[in-house]
Amino acid sequence: MTAMSVHIEPSLHDPSQLADLREQVLERGEGLSEEQILSVLTSPDELLPDLLELAHAVRMKWCGPEVEVEGIVSLKTGGCPEDCHFCSQSGQFTSPVRSVWLNIPELVKAAEQTAATGASEFCIVAAVRGPDERLMSQMRDGVKAIKEAVDIEVAASLGMLTQEQVDDLVAMGVHRYNHNLEAARSYFPNVVTTHSWEERWDTCEMVRNSGMELCCGCLVGMGETIEQRAELAAQLAELQPDEVPLNFLNPRPGTPFGDLPLMDSKDALRTIAAFRLAMPRTILRYAGGRELTLGDLGTRDGLLGGINAVIVGNYLTTLGRNPEEDLELLEDLKMPIKALSEQI
Amino acid sequence: MAEPGFCGHCGRGLDEVDHDVCRARLRLEPPRYCAQCRRRMVVQVIPRGWSATCVEHGTVSGG
Ligand code: SF4
Ligand SMILES: [Zn+2]
Ligand SMILES: [Zn+2]
Repeated sequence: MTAMSVHIEPSLHDPSQLADLREQVLERGEGLSEEQILSVLTSPDELLPDLLELAHAVRMKWCGPEVEVEGIVSLKTGGCPEDCHFCSQSGQFTSPVRSVWLNIPELVKAAEQTAATGASEFCIVAAVRGPDERLMSQMRDGVKAIKEAVDIEVAASLGMLTQEQVDDLVAMGVHRYNHNLEAARSYFPNVVTTHSWEERWDTCEMVRNSGMELCCGCLVGMGETIEQRAELAAQLAELQPDEVPLNFLNPRPGTPFGDLPLMDSKDALRTIAAFRLAMPRTILRYAGGRELTLGDLGTRDGLLGGINAVIVGNYLTTLGRNPEEDLELLEDLKMPIKALSEQI
Repeated sequence: MAEPGFCGHCGRGLDEVDHDVCRARLRLEPPRYCAQCRRRMVVQVIPRGWSATCVEHGTVSGG
């Protein structure tokens, strides 16, 4: 039995019931409580267009029409000692992904390719528990080389940090740090056993107090219950990240979650709307899995339902859509790309 | 060059099983196994391209 088959009586089932939510989130800018998020997540399909419309209105009012475009690249791929059950880069599973480092010229090339799409953010990612001196030194050289060659903001995602490493990244000029909660606190032990949810939370807090922006997201569709999905949204909202990347599980061969089904596209859209209504002002980004879970049509629906940021081009180990298709879609939706150094 | 004998996605022989699903997957991910010897390749993905290298048979790449 999957979590999705548990029947929950929807408490939100009529468009007229949305009036209160509209007043709270759209007019006052106050995010939904966990209980309210659950009511959105369990609402019937008939209400989905109204929910997406409200989430879109909230995004337009509190964030504006701009879309933040980002490219990502893996500086160190594979061979990670952690056991995140969704991840093909863990060294603990029989995934076909082999360990490899990207050199500095390739890193700069990746940043150039990203900037050429009009993106304002470039995120450097490493498959590690936390950085060692080799990685920090590679980051120092890499960030410097990118800043000399490319006009783009540099973000990083290098696992759990010490305060000293946080300070080092700030000194390098890294402007945003990604560290996901991944899952609700109550579901986390089903997803990762090599570190705790609390350790992740601590790194997020350190980043938030550092002067770097905090990017903190999750994956959904990992077998969590709908209640746990609401719990996760509420926990993210409590952390108040500047950005929330939302991944839909893309089951990777060889991982413990490799045989899970793809998330239902309507559930994915309800999740987008619920996250936007929980966090009216955050940058809510499409991260991995949207191509498979939502397809072209669903991608468009999400951009009209609360999403205001995308990753263009390829992901870390998988391929994305052609960036031109995404950029055309944004043009079609009359959503300008956020320019460099302009705050959403 | 010899005809490719192995599936880049699952690594099994091309005439061993049906690879329709693998072919669909390969539109959204780079190959992981060498088509000639089924060794796992070293794969690097950047925003607008990828390369996959077999120690024996060299590098294939794509956009
Ligand atoms: S820490 Fe990151 S790279 Fe390592 S297994 Fe977990 S998600 Fe994958
Ligand atoms: Zn195959
Ligand atoms: Zn080979």
